[in-house]
Amino acid sequence: MSEQRARRTPLYEIHVAAGARMVPFAGWEMPIQYGGVVEEHRAVRTRAGLFDVSHMGEVRIEGPAALAALQRLLTNDVSRLAVGAGLYSPMCNPTGGIVDDLIVFRVDDDAYMMVVNASRSATDLSWIREHAAEAAVHDISDEVALLALQGPRAEAILSEASGADYSRMQPFQIASGFRVAGAEVTVARTGYTGEDGFEISAPWGEAAAVWEGLFAAAGPGGLTPVGLGARDTLRLESGMMLYGQDIDETTSPLEAPLSWTVSFDKETFVGREALAEQRRRGVSRRLVGIEAEERAIPRHGAPILGGEARIGSVTSGTFSPTLRCPIAMGYVQREWATGKELEVEVRGRRVPARVVRLPFYKRKGR
Amino acid sequence: MYPDDRKYTKDHEWAKREDGLVRVGITSFAAERLSDIVFVELPKVGAEVKAGEAFGAIESVKAASDLYAPISGKIAEANAAVVETPEIVNQDPHGTAWMVVLEASDEAEWEGLMDAAAYGEFVASEEGEG
Repeated sequence: MSEQRARRTPLYEIHVAAGARMVPFAGWEMPIQYGGVVEEHRAVRTRAGLFDVSHMGEVRIEGPAALAALQRLLTNDVSRLAVGAGLYSPMCNPTGGIVDDLIVFRVDDDAYMMVVNASRSATDLSWIREHAAEAAVHDISDEVALLALQGPRAEAILSEASGADYSRMQPFQIASGFRVAGAEVTVARTGYTGEDGFEISAPWGEAAAVWEGLFAAAGPGGLTPVGLGARDTLRLESGMMLYGQDIDETTSPLEAPLSWTVSFDKETFVGREALAEQRRRGVSRRLVGIEAEERAIPRHGAPILGGEARIGSVTSGTFSPTLRCPIAMGYVQREWATGKELEVEVRGRRVPARVVRLPFYKRKGR
Repeated sequence: MYPDDRKYTKDHEWAKREDGLVRVGITSFAAERLSDIVFVELPKVGAEVKAGEAFGAIESVKAASDLYAPISGKIAEANAAVVETPEIVNQDPHGTAWMVVLEASDEAEWEGLMDAAAYGEFVASEEGEG
């Protein structure tokens, strides 16, 4: 993997021209920041930010067997999706570990589109093909560029750019046939920031025009390009999982705060027996929110201590630009998962911390 | 581009001689790379530090990073301003946002540091690597 040349999205030149620092991420060269993480973070919370997430994978599953295949592959209940609706779901292995977390949209009667993590798209594809042999599976990642327009001004900017009205579009809905800067785009009301916003898919070759069209519609200072740095602080404040860090093949949706995505009403899906057993016994650890009480940031891998014993590890941690304090998530033994005082080890020093409710940040009016 | 009244290390620290003492800080390159510095941890006055070894830490939103001593010595002063208002490290890393003042214990170490021109070239080569 590391020997392969990093791939570039169709917006690479635009990022470099905008002064972005490019870093390797999941086999791609991606912008980590343009101006600064905090500035970009605040722009999304107060106005609007635009992210290039073209590295993410898109998989189309279609045909009469598509629904049954997805019901078997995913823990959430895909049968309740009307055409034009989507939902978030883990995809589990037989032991209840998470192969990937994704969003699936029903784009037509017998057609679905999944948006998957860049770091997992190769694994996902072989997993999906293995478990959904009877459905037609198409990897369309190389054809589809994805831009995330996020923030309180996102709807107004998208309306201006496309001449369409999105006021009645509900969260997780998807619709096609819009035009931005001459390019035909598909728009979903989804995101990874905790703000209102849209994920806009465009043909790979027209992504640059769409990016520029959104900036033109927003006017000077109305839209800020946002890199992976602020994408991480935004999602962490909002209590969202990052695959490979907070969840992976060894963690289950019941240990992570994702029980709501496991539909035990479905008769069968991959991982059901293991998860049902976990639910009966109770999980032995849980992912919780952690606030540190000193000026130190618990980061991925930092030991969590309860009394003298190590009771878990931090999976994600950062400084919250909104709350102006260190925030983290991590797995702790079940008995420590509610309202407990604990300690986190940062640079060999024990820092007082406490378990807090997720998310750390919730936007007003929701 | 980098002030030539001081010397530099490959760990992106600067060291400036002042009245028999040495003032130490991080370079503008380091401050920019870290971006959004939120915490600074410094040693107590009187602590002994060794050239090349960590004597403190800087946390930015993105990552934690150690502060390495450019030369060996004893801490004579630690800058309370960077601890209380860490954002000044992004604004004025070569000036008011110095980290510590050292009483150097080995004058010979000074000769091992880079001058501004050499440091400028070193940074350019690091930037070239991305």
